[in-house]
This record gives sequence, structure tokens and C-alpha cells, in this order.
Amino acid sequence: MSENKDVIYSINGPVVKVKDSRSFSMMELVYVGEKRLVGEVIAVSRAATTIQVYEETTGLRVGEPVVPAGLPLTAELGPGILRGIFDGIERPLRDIAQKSGPTIATGVSLPSLDEKRQFDVTVTVKKGQDIKGGDVIATCPETAGILHKSMAPPDVSGEVVWAAQDGPYTVADPICRVRTKDGTEKTLTLRQRWPIRTPRPARVRKPIERPLITGQRVIDALFPIAKGGAAAIPGGFGTGKTMTQHQLAKWCDADIIVYVGCGERGNEMTQVLEEFSDLKDPRTGLPMTERTVLIANTSNMPVAAREASIYTGVTLAEYYRDMGYDVAMMADSTSRWAEALREISGRLEEMPAEEGYPAYLPSRLAEFYERAGCTENLNGSQGSITLIGAVSPQGSDFSEPVTQNTKRFVRCFLALDKALAYARHYPAINWNQSYSEYYQDLDPWFEREVDPDFCRMRGRIISILTEETRLLEIVRLIGSDVLPDSQKLTLETAKAVRAGFLQQNAYHANDTYVPLKKQFLMMKAILALWDKAGGLVADGAPLSKLIESGLFEKLGRMKYDIPNDDLSAFDALFAEIGALGGTAF
Amino acid sequence: MALEYLGLSEISGPLVALEGVTGASFEEMAELRTAQGPRLGRVVALEGDRALVQVFSGSSGLGLEGVSTRFTGRPMRLALAAEILGRIFNGAGQPLDGLGPVYAETFADINGSPINPVSRRYPRDYIRTGISSIDGLITLIRGQKLPIFSGSGMSHNRLAAQIVRQAKLSGAEKENFCVVFCAMGVTKDVANYFRRSFDESGALERTVMFLNLSSDPIIERILTPRCALTAAEYLAFEKGMHVLVVLTDMTSYAEALREFSSSKGEIPGRKGYPGYLYSDLASLYERAGIIKDRPGSVTQLPILTMPNDDITHPVPDLTGYITEGQIVLDRYLDQQGIYPPVSVLPSLSRLMKDGIGEGYTRADHAPVSNQLFASYAKVADARSLASVIGEEELSAADKLYLEFGRRFEETFLGQGETERTMDETLDLGWQLLNILPKEELERLDGDLLEKHYRKDWMAFGKGAGPHGAADISDQGKLDAEQKEPDAGKAGVRPSRPQA
Repeated sequence: MSENKDVIYSINGPVVKVKDSRSFSMMELVYVGEKRLVGEVIAVSRAATTIQVYEETTGLRVGEPVVPAGLPLTAELGPGILRGIFDGIERPLRDIAQKSGPTIATGVSLPSLDEKRQFDVTVTVKKGQDIKGGDVIATCPETAGILHKSMAPPDVSGEVVWAAQDGPYTVADPICRVRTKDGTEKTLTLRQRWPIRTPRPARVRKPIERPLITGQRVIDALFPIAKGGAAAIPGGFGTGKTMTQHQLAKWCDADIIVYVGCGERGNEMTQVLEEFSDLKDPRTGLPMTERTVLIANTSNMPVAAREASIYTGVTLAEYYRDMGYDVAMMADSTSRWAEALREISGRLEEMPAEEGYPAYLPSRLAEFYERAGCTENLNGSQGSITLIGAVSPQGSDFSEPVTQNTKRFVRCFLALDKALAYARHYPAINWNQSYSEYYQDLDPWFEREVDPDFCRMRGRIISILTEETRLLEIVRLIGSDVLPDSQKLTLETAKAVRAGFLQQNAYHANDTYVPLKKQFLMMKAILALWDKAGGLVADGAPLSKLIESGLFEKLGRMKYDIPNDDLSAFDALFAEIGALGGTAF
Repeated sequence: MALEYLGLSEISGPLVALEGVTGASFEEMAELRTAQGPRLGRVVALEGDRALVQVFSGSSGLGLEGVSTRFTGRPMRLALAAEILGRIFNGAGQPLDGLGPVYAETFADINGSPINPVSRRYPRDYIRTGISSIDGLITLIRGQKLPIFSGSGMSHNRLAAQIVRQAKLSGAEKENFCVVFCAMGVTKDVANYFRRSFDESGALERTVMFLNLSSDPIIERILTPRCALTAAEYLAFEKGMHVLVVLTDMTSYAEALREFSSSKGEIPGRKGYPGYLYSDLASLYERAGIIKDRPGSVTQLPILTMPNDDITHPVPDLTGYITEGQIVLDRYLDQQGIYPPVSVLPSLSRLMKDGIGEGYTRADHAPVSNQLFASYAKVADARSLASVIGEEELSAADKLYLEFGRRFEETFLGQGETERTMDETLDLGWQLLNILPKEELERLDGDLLEKHYRKDWMAFGKGAGPHGAADISDQGKLDAEQKEPDAGKAGVRPSRPQA
């Protein structure tokens, strides 16, 4: 195929068409124009090939060449991903900054992974050994906490005819040669490529049985997320989606974090970069950046790359899952991704469905969320991918298509609430609208690892909150003074639950991350006081006296006053609660 | 490219089509020569030898014959030099003040290019506006984009002018502070109001104005903020200045975009706005910020009027998703005569958390503002309850909340056109919190309460706050029984808000 044959026929925003060409296949990577902008084929017909361009098309001319790359849009996978920050099509933003200055120029062609950096490689295959796809061929320490395992690509198997010695290698150096069944020899390196829109294969999907521990009380205790599960965080602007995602990325107990900033603010990504390098992972003591990779396609970067960024992120996640790691991926926000789909669909003049979104929106969402899961990998290791997607509903209206369709594919729904955010109750997760379908899968774990009573207590806490909602309806009509003391006690206890337990201060050293044991003891303390006070009120003790005891206030402050690493203060608290009413009444 | 194309093949709204075009590039500028004089345009779509050109000053008077078009071979650029300060331009960047063209030091593409997140510096230095509601609760940070959500007839222009007048950047000199004012679809009166106000505060010679008035062509309105932001970026990142960009009115901008989109025959999204409204707005708002190793900053203060005061309307909605918070004005407060009528609960500054506290403002800033938000949120509950069962039937705590809400609105919000220091603002916050019983102040930890809570109880109302907040505390006598404060002390004295 001569290069000059395929030329641009029309340009409309990020969509470029080539007329009368047979050289392109669907989803193929192409280079557009003299600047070689990166694009992808999204429609092929006899008359025209349609290409979406991942860079600004300003200055492009009709008649400039379009060159097929011969492979679909792929991600480069290998050591050097962690600690990196990439754009939506995995171009390294740090290298781009070095090459083109503080703004992103078009047509910059750089390898995703640093080809000069050497890793201290241990080769794990020997000559004569039979390997199959997914088998680990070499390991190297990628960052301080993470051992990178380079694997044979899933479609390669055969006999190792040559293997390198242990030593320093770059991602481009050969590690071993494999003779496949059909007799050809393939050289394997530390890196491999994988098409981002195709899920990487695994041997089997395993049932879900472990929670993703986030240290956020309202999530861990009330609406747990499972390792290998999918969760959505919808909320209008200003309700704290990004804050919640940041908290999860910082504190959740996954081995690897893939954080995708999809169509969001530039400053937020800068914040992640700055904050994560200062923060220490509570489990390893290493900086958070050691386990994190960032995909940043901010709202002012080209819209087509925004669409790709979600797939790039999940492909990186799958790669680390295949090594046997628990990976958590935060996508902020999936609505921007859906809007990118809508924008491109509009440019293609496709028939719109609901609110202008294309009719294939639900199937795309399903494809994405189905890439979550616990798996037994091709090499026998076990890993998981947890997907947590923020949703930005238009006008904070949860009935809009992206929220509604997302709800069908996730099993944990953490609805953020404007009223709570206005009162600065953070995380503003509304306990009446949120749900987790993972209770059944995870309860055995909580009962085994935390306390046999954990799940029962969660149930009682939720019922106090539900009861409060009902009572507040009445209070709104007639005021709280007319309620009997027993119901006032419910309100008072619910207040302690809200202020002392659900509300969590991300800026307080003791409160930003709370271990499960403390979460349990906090619930236990609230319920102990509730039981004790309930008994006293039933016996005629005035509620005002109980409030004067200062215990409710203490419950409100235990999150700050009792340090995470020394829970012994709870004993005194329980003793105080137990002694309540002994002499005072 | 010296080729000239004679005639047009189609005219539709502000768009004209040319045929037989070769070598035109996407988004490049075109010059149309007509009998009435030259017009500028931009290529918005190319298909084969057909080019669609958007004519900035509209197509009225154009015919298929009698027009010759020349493509300039480059996207629209703005002539820039330090001398643009003090100048006035139209929406397309041409001088309106009769002082002749800018002697350009450099030219820049008005579309800008996205700042690499790696090269950004996270904004942390606050801008003191002297307005309690903003400084205390919605702190403006240098490099932030913080829009004012308002409605027709409210005092957003007055507030924006006051912010410009009073803005003090911590650690910055007056010499390297400047204003870029961008008017889109506002009336002549509004533009003049801003001009006068800049003049009075002596900021005029440090101001660049880009004016596209409501009667000016809508296509130019789409270019206006791009020109203004290009000028702002130049002043900030090339000349090291701290630039405050006032963009008004973003709703008119979005409407111009809608009009243009429908004339191109694009598929509309919500309320007829184009599907790319989010990306388009983001391409403007994201041009705020600070770049590593460059001295200046671009801070944006966009103003938008919410049609029918509806915050879920696409323009405020999408804006809120892009900007780093919002200042929402409230019609009820406005009608009560409270100025500035900032509705604090839906208002927010996302960057505030990292720019306040020890070393920036004051150690108790974050907890005090949190507590004020939380307590004021309860005022609404107490008011709605009072409207049902009557104020007399309220519990003691709810009555205190009513009192707190009233004082909060009168003193903390309704400061008029005065200026307060950060200490005065925070001390006033403490005085208001003192109204409430200690057990209601759940956002404040024990140490802070120990240090501040009702410490100046005796002195309260006599004008001796702990940090000498003499001029404000006279409005806050703490006697909860006394329902009517002395009249005539503040410039604005609203009647008592009823639920």
C-alpha cells in the first residue's frame, strides 16, 4: 500500500474521513497528516473510512496523508509504568513536558516506557523449558514495594531456546527466545503490547469473598466494596466525588492503584501527583506513588483520547492483575467518558438515544465494568481488579442515562448527596440511597477477621438511621419537643452515628484512615450507649440527664480522641457507659 | 497562500461555503473581501474541495457573487505586547479605543494549548478579597477558577467589581497584579459600569478589556474569551504577572455557541446546547492556573446568570463540574437587602482546603468555616419548622439557631462594600458561634473550644474581639433574648428573615 494513496478527505473537529480506501481495518491505529497525529479507525465503509483523532486537528489539511499502523490501539506493558503519569493513549506526560514544555504539543511521538532505564532483572526461565502464555519469564523490582513480573504474552507458548543471564536490562533488551509450535521463533522482552479494547484473558473467574478495605467507615462498615467488585460514586458537583476517590486511592488495601482522571480538572491531577509523593502507605511505609499509576486526560485535552483513557487504564490494571496483584482502578469520571462517546457519536451523525447519548452506551458501560473481577490467571496466580467509577449526573439528577445504566452493572452504589455536602458532612454518602449487594459475599470475612458481631452491629446501626429518617418526617411537621423520650433518644443516638461515625475528616491525622478494629469498637460503643440509655429511659430516667452525662458528646469525638494505634481508651469508654445511671439517677 | 477564491457557493447564518478550495487547513483564518470592506472568518469544516467558513461579523450583506476569499494559512492569532495593558479591544481582538494596532512583541494562537498536568503547580496562595463570606468560607486561591452563579437583576457585577477592587494577593506586589476583563453579550451599561469601577479604583491602566456587547456579532462572542485568556496567559506566563480574569456573562457565551452549533446543523444535546458544551467550556476554564518555574498566575472569575435561577441548567451545571467551586448568589437574600447576597451552603471553594490554616491564614480557619457551614445548614431546618409550628413552640436550641442565622446573614454576609481582614472575618465567625451552645459545635475539637469559645464573652458586643475586631463586633451583642439589634449600625440593615 503506497503511503500517498490514502489522504484526508474531510475534517470535522476530531473526526477525519478518508475516501475510497481499502487499506484500513476497524479499530486500527492510524497516523493522520504530516504531523502524524494519532488516530483510530471507528467506521469503515466502501465510500469512506472514519477516523477519530486523539490530538487537536487544528491546522490539518485536506489531502494530507493517512497511514495505517497495522495494529489496533494498544497499550505498552512493562516495568516503568508505576510512578508514571500518562495521557489517555499512554503517552508519558513527564517526557512530553521535557520535550515540548509546559503545554502539550501535537504530534509528539514518544515511547510509553523509558527505553533507557535499566532494571535489575532475574530471569525465571531456562533453556529447554516449555512455557505457555502468561508464564512469568523474568522479574525485577519496579518500585520499592512492587516486584514486576514480566510474562509471556497470552498468545505465545512453546519451548525456550535461549534465555538471558540475570542482570541489568532495559525494556527493549531480549530476555528469552521461544520456539512456538509452528516452528517460528519469538523473542520476548520485558514489555509487551496489548490492544486496549480487548480484555486480557484469565483462566477462571473466582467468586468474590474479600472486601476492599478503605479505612472509610461509611464504606467499610455500611456499604462495603469487594475486591474484584465494581462500585459507582454518583454525585452532583461539589458533593465530593473526587475527594472520595482520592481517599480510596490513598488508603484502600489494594497492591496497585490505577487512577484515571478522565475529563476532569488539571489541578486535581497535579494535586494527586504532589500529595501522593508525600503520603506513606500505612501498610508498607513507602510513598503512595510507588504503587500508583496515573492516567490524566483532563477536560481540555482532546476528547477522543478521553474516550480511550478508561480502556488504557483498565488494560494496565489487568496487566498487574495477571502478575497476581490486587488492583484497584478509580475512574473519575465515567460521565465524561460517556460524554466523549456522545460527542464522537454526534460528529458521526449517528441516531441518538436518550439525552443524545448513543444507543450503545449501556453495552459500553457493561463491557467496562465486566473487566472487574477476581481471577485465577493464566500463570496460576490469583489477582483481582476492583473498579470504582465516579459518575457526574447532569443537574444532580440520578435518573439520567449514565447513572441509571451504571446502576445496572455495579453492585455497590455510593450516592453522594447535595444536602449533606452543603452541611459539610463528608463523605457525603447518603445512607438511604446507597447500597451494597456484597453483604452476603463479604459477611463471612468480616465475621471471621474482625468480629463475629460485626455484621449484626452494622444492621442495628442502619436501622437506627432508618428510624431517624422516619422520625425526622414527624419532627419536620410538629417539632421534636412532643416526641417521647425513647424516640428522642433515637434521634440523639442517630446524631452520634452521623457526627461520630459516618462523618469522617480527611484532613485529621487520626481520622483520615480508620482500621476495621476501631470501626467495630466505635459501632460497639454507640450501640452500648443506645442499649444502656434505652433501658434507663424505659425505667423513667429523663433523657436530658443522660445527655448531660456528656457521653453522647464523647461518642461524637472518639474518632479524634482515640488514636488508631492505641484502642485501649475504648475500655474506659465502655466502663463509663456501663456505669451510667448507677448513682446519678 | 496567495490564491483568492471568487464567490461563495452557499450562505447559511454566519456560515459560508466555498468550493474548489485546495490546501485550506482546519481552523485557519480566512479574509473575505466584500464591497462593504473586509471581514474575517475561520474554517470550521472541510470536505473534499468544499470549505465551510464561519464569518465573525456575520453574513448579512454578503452575496454569492462579489466576495473574494483568501486563506491566511494559520489559525487565529492575537498580537501581544506588554503595552496591551490599559487598552480596549473588541471580541476579535481588534482595538476599539482608537489608539491603533498593537505593536506586537509576539503572536499567540487564541485557542491556546492544554497545560500539561505535570507542569502545573498546585495553587495554594490565597487572595484576600476583604469579603467575609468569600475569605472565610469560600476562599479564593491564586490560580483558581471560581465562578459567580447569579441571576438576572442580582448584584453579581457589583460583587465582581468589589473583588477586583479589594483583591490583595498574599506576597504579591501591586505592580505585577493586573486585570483582564472580558465582556460577552453584556449591555453597554454593564461594560461602562466595570470601566468606571476600574477607573475609580485606579486599576484601569492595569486592565485589558475585551468587549463583545449584546448587539455585537455572536461569532465574535465565541472568540472573545479566547482572546482574553490568550492575553491573560501572555501577561501571566511571559510577563510574570498575577492576572485576574473577569469573564461575564458565560451564559451569553454558551447561547452564542448554541446558535452557532444549530446553524451548522449539529445534533443538539440538553436544552439545545451542543453535545460538546462541556469540552468547549473546559477549554476556557482550564486555562486558569500556575505553571511550575514561571512566576505569574491566571485566576478566573467567570460570572454567569442562571436562567430562571436554575442551578441545574446545563450552563451552570457543566461549569460547576469544571471550575474549582462556585459562589452562588441568592435572590431571597438579595431581596432582603443583604449585600453581597452569597448563598453559602451551595457555594464552595475546592482549593480552599490547601490554602488556609496555619502558615496561610490562621490555624482555626478550617474548623471555624466548617462549623459555620454545619450550623448554618441547621438554620434552614429550624426556619422551616418555625414556619409550621410557630417560633414560640421551637426548642431552645432551635431558637438559638434562628438567632444565629439572623445574625449570620446580617453581619457576616451583609457587610456591604466594606473590607475586612482575615482576622476580623474569623473573629466574627467565633462571635457568631458563641451564640450556640457548646454541644452543638461538633466540628470543633476540644483544644479550639478551650481557646476561643466564649472567651470574649464579657467583652462581646463592646468592640473588643480577641484580635481587635472593633468595627464589627458591635453588631453582635450576645443577648439571645434581645431580638431587635440597634438599628442603623451597618450600612445595610435587613428586616428579620422569616422562614
